[in-house]
Amino acid sequence: MTHSPAVETYTTADGRQIGGVLMDMRNITLRFGGVEAIKDISFDIREGEIRAIIGPNGAGKSSMLNVISGFYVPQEGEVWFRGHRRGPMKPYEVARLGIARTFQNIALFDGMSVLDNIMTGRLNKMKAGFLSQALWWGAAEREEIANREQVEKIIDFLEIQNIRKTPVGRLPYGLKKRVELARALAAEPQLLLLDEPMAGMNVEEKEDMSRFILDVNDEFGTTIALIEHDMGVVMDLSDRVVVMDYGRKIGDGTPDEVRNNQEVIDAYLGVAHD
Amino acid sequence: MIYREAGDFKTGYRDDGQTFPIRLDRWGYYAALAVAFGIIPFVINDYWANAVFVPFLIYAIAALGLNILTGYAGQVSLGTGGFMAVGAYAVYKLMTAFPEISVVIHILLAGGITAVVGMLFGLPSLRIKGFYLAVATLAAQFFLVWLFNKVPWFYNYSASGQINAPERTVLGWAVTGPATSAAGKYLVCLIFALLLAWVARNLTRGTLGRKWMAIRDMDIAAEIIGVNPLTAKLSAFAVSSFFIGVAGALLFAVYLGAAEVGEAFGINKSFLVLFMIIIGGLGSIFGSFAGAAFMVLLPVLLKNVLVGSFGWPTDLAAHFELMIVGALIVFFLIVEPHGLARLWALAKEKLRLWPFPH
Repeated sequence: MTHSPAVETYTTADGRQIGGVLMDMRNITLRFGGVEAIKDISFDIREGEIRAIIGPNGAGKSSMLNVISGFYVPQEGEVWFRGHRRGPMKPYEVARLGIARTFQNIALFDGMSVLDNIMTGRLNKMKAGFLSQALWWGAAEREEIANREQVEKIIDFLEIQNIRKTPVGRLPYGLKKRVELARALAAEPQLLLLDEPMAGMNVEEKEDMSRFILDVNDEFGTTIALIEHDMGVVMDLSDRVVVMDYGRKIGDGTPDEVRNNQEVIDAYLGVAHD
Repeated sequence: MIYREAGDFKTGYRDDGQTFPIRLDRWGYYAALAVAFGIIPFVINDYWANAVFVPFLIYAIAALGLNILTGYAGQVSLGTGGFMAVGAYAVYKLMTAFPEISVVIHILLAGGITAVVGMLFGLPSLRIKGFYLAVATLAAQFFLVWLFNKVPWFYNYSASGQINAPERTVLGWAVTGPATSAAGKYLVCLIFALLLAWVARNLTRGTLGRKWMAIRDMDIAAEIIGVNPLTAKLSAFAVSSFFIGVAGALLFAVYLGAAEVGEAFGINKSFLVLFMIIIGGLGSIFGSFAGAAFMVLLPVLLKNVLVGSFGWPTDLAAHFELMIVGALIVFFLIVEPHGLARLWALAKEKLRLWPFPH
């Protein structure tokens, strides 16, 4: 089993400088009744890196993401974020810490336009009082315009200008995924969690999405943790990979290290038969 | 002048976010305002005020309130009648206790009191949803009506158990009591309806409105992006109840003049306002007005046609009226579940391309 390097920073293959520990999961155990979904797992996520969590179905990947996002509270173990231990929190409090996520099954607000959906990502930046909002005067209007400008930058970045006023319910699947990414990005998160961002996409859509993920990481410096089943994508995108199986961690390291790890090959990757 | 956006350039996000982005809509809106303020007050008579305009405006306010709660925030409520009763009894107590203060302030305070009561009955929404919440608000409806019947303090120990609106004036014009002119009633309701519709529009287009709609569309995702469900739901209940309380206060003080709680604010009122927002369109300001107009105008129209034109006996016409309204509601639910507002939106979308749809 490979362990995370002990040094504070490292440089990736493509020359990006990865910073210190952003999120540290220490001996996490999560149970649902008698079922142990996650068994004593530790790993860290460093500033600026793309960290993948992989494993077979039912390995506990989504549960792990839910622990990171604060939706599940583990029975044992500690979650450290930016050098502080995180106690049990409500999901909306976690969002205010600067953690945003997308969902495996798209969780957009179908009744709202693309623009409104992305604007919801910036709710925590809005501070105008009730009266100002009711009269649409002063702070409320200023904030709306300032945040709209930020949102328009993200709309440009993800190339969805032409659908900004379309109700989300009318969009095709691939675009919905992109809008969901836009909503998460609008919150300007320090840590972005992506739950199977490429699930159900065709090759072209996967290429677009991979490009966007790399660009987000590159241009905004956002740390990204993602779950994905497409091994080609995972190995190409991520800097370090955690491999889970039956709730345990069976591998952790760079894509190359993981690819050559015998336990990972046995449990998940398999070997080519010839 | 054709109905479309082309050529009507928006150069800032402020312009892009305006209420009527299409020029023809803006003109239509200003024309409607001009008619409402410049013509109707001078030609209105008692029949038109009492049968059409005043109930339309008051129910439009109530429908706006319920639409904020149900259409925007997704919390079903059957307590509208009860909350209107709170507004009515609050304004009655305030008018009789502080006769020297302006009735406008009383009406706003009555809305505030209803907001507090609404928040209280909104607390179960943090735990329950859908039908179960509807039943909880139904309990509010019956409890409030019972309370105003049972506790004589609310109706100032009057022998009949009724409340009667004393005469009050605004800027020298009587707006409550028997001496009120048709134009006076109409104008006070019009101003309240327009101001509250403007506030509703402002709230629903901004941060608070997005929080409500996020909770409505997917509450778990809303929480994960940082919406606190407690404040979002309770603020929806508070704002909604404020509107409904103002509507109840106006209904009693300006329109009815005298009210008995079970009769004026029974469960029928809750359903009436619910039908208004379903027919008008959930989650639409325009839909609240359209639904209120539909439910107020249709019985008047049917009565005029059946009794006036066909010469049917009044009781027969009344029964037919119920059946026709019922059938129309069912028809609407099947054909256009999103209400008149959606029909209107579709018509506008078509109109934008007319006359060259391809």
